[in-house]
Amino acid sequence: MEEQLLQLLFTGLTLGSIYSIIALTLVTTFNVTGILNLAQGEFVVIGALLAVSLQGTGMPMIAVFIVSVILVAILGGLLERLTIYRARGASNLSMLIITIGLSISLRGLALLIWGTETYSLPAFSKGGSMVLGGAALNPQSIWIFALVGVTLTGLYGFFGHTFWGKAVKASVYNQTGARLQGINLNTISFLAFVAAGGLGAAAGVSIGPITMVTYDMGFMLGVKGFVAAAIGGLSNVGGAVIGGILLGILESFSSGLISSGLKDAISMIILLGVLLFRPEGIIGAIRERKI
Amino acid sequence: MKLKNYRGFIILLLLLIIPLVAESNYLYSTLVIIGLYAIIVQGLGILMGYAGQVSFGHAAFFGLGGYTAAIISTRFHWPTLLALLASAILPGIIAGLIGRQTLKLRELYLALATLSFGILVHIFFNEGGELTGGPSGMSGIPNLSIGSFEFDSDQKFYLLVWLILLMLLIGIYNLVHSRTGRALCSIRESEYAAENAGIDCARLKLQAFVFSALLAGLAGGLYAFYVSFISPSPFSFHTSVQFVLMAVIGGLGTFWGPVIGAVVVVALNELLREIVPLLIPGAGGEYQIIIYGVILVGLMIFQPKGLSGMGQYFRIPLKKQLKADVKIRG
Repeated sequence: MEEQLLQLLFTGLTLGSIYSIIALTLVTTFNVTGILNLAQGEFVVIGALLAVSLQGTGMPMIAVFIVSVILVAILGGLLERLTIYRARGASNLSMLIITIGLSISLRGLALLIWGTETYSLPAFSKGGSMVLGGAALNPQSIWIFALVGVTLTGLYGFFGHTFWGKAVKASVYNQTGARLQGINLNTISFLAFVAAGGLGAAAGVSIGPITMVTYDMGFMLGVKGFVAAAIGGLSNVGGAVIGGILLGILESFSSGLISSGLKDAISMIILLGVLLFRPEGIIGAIRERKI
Repeated sequence: MKLKNYRGFIILLLLLIIPLVAESNYLYSTLVIIGLYAIIVQGLGILMGYAGQVSFGHAAFFGLGGYTAAIISTRFHWPTLLALLASAILPGIIAGLIGRQTLKLRELYLALATLSFGILVHIFFNEGGELTGGPSGMSGIPNLSIGSFEFDSDQKFYLLVWLILLMLLIGIYNLVHSRTGRALCSIRESEYAAENAGIDCARLKLQAFVFSALLAGLAGGLYAFYVSFISPSPFSFHTSVQFVLMAVIGGLGTFWGPVIGAVVVVALNELLREIVPLLIPGAGGEYQIIIYGVILVGLMIFQPKGLSGMGQYFRIPLKKQLKADVKIRG
């Protein structure tokens, strides 16, 4: 029984880390642009599916990872210029509808290119599972934890120690003030979407070896990422990571111990509960600074 | 009503006669679906276009109506008319229960709360076991009948659905031109200003929400009786997006927008189903969603008022007044 619980914990941590990364990208774009990007899940799937195709050409996995991250980052930037940039000044709701439109278009595109098949990706490193306290830990999980660590350090480094990071932070605090200092908010929005694309793809390629990849898994991943972000209060980077991991663990335990059909229901109930009763987020009480 | 405003109704009535002459079952069934969607989107239009509250969960109410009609008529053998009535009332009650809390949320948060409600209900349809029949659904729903009169053909159903829609349109026409309609618009423009003008925003928003849920439930009940089979798949998030798409394409806050939106989206759907396999051999499935997405994005960027915004449409009196006020002051 204990082994089973530990096993569920490992699964939950892995799943949660992926949700964390998606939540991180959502929070970053939300903070910077005020847009909740529901197409984020699609970036993850397209990243993973691109990796499947690239991997088919015999490229080494590290090159596959890098190329697919770059391609989806370009896609993110391109979509921002084509849609968000053109609609700048529209209401938040219009922006949300635009990202939903993008999401369904990208899903259709993925269906067109890759079809309905289920794909899998090879793990980053060879070798079997490690046994820890009687439960198996997939080495890919460690890669995913590392990715979360790198992303978080990267984000903190970027916001704390670079010129652009400080510019972004300034525009989060006070848009007008930032603009008066000569910070170009359009560029920042563009950069946010490039980063969202790249990070989404990184999450997709990393999760590919563990879960299978299908064209239609993006929407739910995006919503889960949002649930994670909402737990953390929607504008809190640290909260998003903790929220993602909490959600992953909750999901893994509820599907392992109760019923797997209820996995998605759990996160929806959490989302509704958080939105209705604690819109500032469960972890919002800690009140960290916004980025 | 000014004479000008009768024109739309007269055109609609004339259009309704054409299929009766043509007598094509394909045409009838397409028109029934358009009519059902138009009923839902009319309700959604009141909620989104007039009250300014978005919902990405109306497929849930549509489905709840359908399942209510199916369960009550097959398991409990109620008269079908009563089942249809229940299919409208139950979603209305559920909307009333969840509405008060949910509608406190604004914009993004409301969109996400309704979205998660929709997904939750869809999961319930899938996992409902005995009650909902799970993923494979329920079949053998009897024909809708009033007394001994049975709606057993596409033609009869077509007349029923469009008669309901016509009555609904007249009702909504009066609603949006009444004090309530103007109060709803004022909520959309600014909730604070509306509160200050003495409008009970929470109550009106809830009423609009319940009204739209009733209509979606009614359409769901009619749908269940029409196709006589029900399964979870037509009530997914995708359908909710389609309803929003119809409302946006037709034009938010316009009177004819929802009908136009329903016609355009269903026609586009049928058209794409014919054309896409010709362009991409061996294509099936949902490629058409690419086009939906592109249209949705394009409209939001270039024509946020929808198709109705392109031509003559019934302006909301309040807007004119506001503009006039600005002019006087400016």
